[in-house]
Amino acid sequence: MESNQTSEEGRALATNGTVDAVVAVLVFLLGALVVFGSRQLGAEWGDDGPGPGYFPFYIGVILCISGIGVFTQTLMAKGKAKEKNAEAFVDRESMGRVLAVLVPAVVYVAAVDLIGIYVASAVYITLFMVYLGKYGWLRSVIVGLAVNALFFLMFEVWFKVPLHKGTFDPLSFLGY
Amino acid sequence: MEELNALFHGFATVISPMNFLLMLVGIVLGVLIGVLPGLGGANGVAILLPLTFSMNPTSAIIMLSCIYWGALFGGAITSVLFNIPGEPWSVATTFDGYPMAQQGKAGEALTGAFTSSFIGAFIAVVMITFLAPLVAKFALKFGPPEFFSVYLLTFCSFVGMGKGSPFKILASMTLGFALACVGMDTVTGQLRLTFGFHELMRGFDFLIAVIGLFGIGEILLSMEEGLAFNGKSARIDPKVVFNTWKQLPAYWATSLRGALIGIWMGITPGGATPASFMSYGVAKKMSKRGDNFGNGELEGVVAPETAAHAAGTSALLPMLALGIPGSPTAAVLLGGLLIWGLQPGPLLFVEQKDFVWGLIASMYLGNLVGLVVVLTTVPLFASILRIPFSIIAPVIIVICAIGAYTVHNAMLDIWFMLLFGVVGYAFKKLDYPLAPLVLALVLGDKAEDAFRQSMLLSQGDLAIMFSNGLVGGITALALLMLFWPIISKLLSFVRKPKPQAFAAERPVD
Repeated sequence: MESNQTSEEGRALATNGTVDAVVAVLVFLLGALVVFGSRQLGAEWGDDGPGPGYFPFYIGVILCISGIGVFTQTLMAKGKAKEKNAEAFVDRESMGRVLAVLVPAVVYVAAVDLIGIYVASAVYITLFMVYLGKYGWLRSVIVGLAVNALFFLMFEVWFKVPLHKGTFDPLSFLGY
Repeated sequence: MEELNALFHGFATVISPMNFLLMLVGIVLGVLIGVLPGLGGANGVAILLPLTFSMNPTSAIIMLSCIYWGALFGGAITSVLFNIPGEPWSVATTFDGYPMAQQGKAGEALTGAFTSSFIGAFIAVVMITFLAPLVAKFALKFGPPEFFSVYLLTFCSFVGMGKGSPFKILASMTLGFALACVGMDTVTGQLRLTFGFHELMRGFDFLIAVIGLFGIGEILLSMEEGLAFNGKSARIDPKVVFNTWKQLPAYWATSLRGALIGIWMGITPGGATPASFMSYGVAKKMSKRGDNFGNGELEGVVAPETAAHAAGTSALLPMLALGIPGSPTAAVLLGGLLIWGLQPGPLLFVEQKDFVWGLIASMYLGNLVGLVVVLTTVPLFASILRIPFSIIAPVIIVICAIGAYTVHNAMLDIWFMLLFGVVGYAFKKLDYPLAPLVLALVLGDKAEDAFRQSMLLSQGDLAIMFSNGLVGGITALALLMLFWPIISKLLSFVRKPKPQAFAAERPVD
């Protein structure tokens, strides 16, 4: 599952059929991994009943079968399904738009880890508005701060649900 | 009559100023969730779940189920005014709703949609009131093999009733089961499939999966299309409402059919989306003005909305009576029950009478309050949609991150959420259904326990699944569902194939 990401990012102009086949292979590999993992745990019938790997083993097997099934269906596609397979999964332009959201989101999550949810979110919303929404700095900063002030009040003050403050905790002076 | 007594007792529990306020808050939040792209019923409820941890279970479930009703109502607003279905189940509403709005009849379309949603939900709640206690009473006699056969039926019906490749449904489902296996084994206490990563000991929480798959995945999809809203404006004044209500009784047959289709699809986990398409298709075929469907026919709004709401509501029946949710959102509500320390299933009707009947009573009230709220606040929500996507998108991502974090106060969960987002995006584009994955992730542990206990009873003999009429019947039905794609292909060789009306437009739920 982890490698889904790379398969799409690597080939931005892949067709539906190609991506379908790649995902099917990944599903199969994942199934094989589950089968391997459960064999190690003991998928056999132990002294006191089924071992911990008994149920996952069969799940892995079905996962493998469905991976093979999807793969064959993609290769054997006829008529309408074949036309659909030949269509582009994403074109360069829409891939760019997706990555324009996905990459900053990854940076944002990394920032949450370091400086906490509130500060990271304020910066994230502001930058998103300035660079992707083409807004002025003033408006973007105001929206970013206002939204996060609201979240802060809602979670920390009203509902008493503390959120992640980050390794450096820049808001520690607020006392929450 | 026992049920009616219990129901009135439930009303007495529910009607308090505080609960009424929570109901209003829930409906408004729900409509907001239904209107905003990227936030849907399932992940909306998942994100707001942590806020209810400190409430008592009855108040909490009232608020959460009202969020659910609100989301069901909210989907119609965007479909009619913007031709953008806010929720998958309101896709069919756009077929006639948006043309009506273009002809300046947006008010009528919305009134029709909301009212038929209400009627659909109402019929479904009446059904739950009388049927759920019976089902629960019946299920009290169930042993592990019976329960496993019901789980089997739930999952096999995804394959039998789903659209698209059965292998993809199977893959999505088993992926959910595999993820559910990760972490501590409930029976032996051994760590499973963690491959040495200690952080994985907690396993994958389905709430994280829901927020990622439905929330982040949806944002990525919307971004790809370079979303720009341009909608029709709408004002609903009382005159329009009453005029529309005068027209509605003429469509009683359509409403009733829609409600029945919805109830059937909701109890068997077909879901609200196929129900709305099926109801629209049937109405088109049966109506005298069927040829005019698609050009702005009120009946074409009534049909899918009644079915979607009826399905969304009746998905709660198997959750309450058996502990097996009929939809991803019902699964999230079930997760909530577990967190508040309630064990869903047949015993709930015996041990937690107040809670169950309070919930059922709140379904009646919540839908009524919802109808009034949406009829009066449409302009407000329509104006929210005019906020540009480049402001809404980052705010929704932030909300999703907060929601993912609050589930376990774990930073790693936010990373998993992103990962699930990418998976959700890819799966949606490749027509893998997401609902089976989520349900398998929720029910994985319980299905496995039922399976292991059955196997212990029989010393590993699978014949226990056919050991008596009940369990054998359910298992046989499940297997029929599982192999339905093959059977229906064989049947179509024998009979002449019927042309599919909406096959191309029908999305996978």
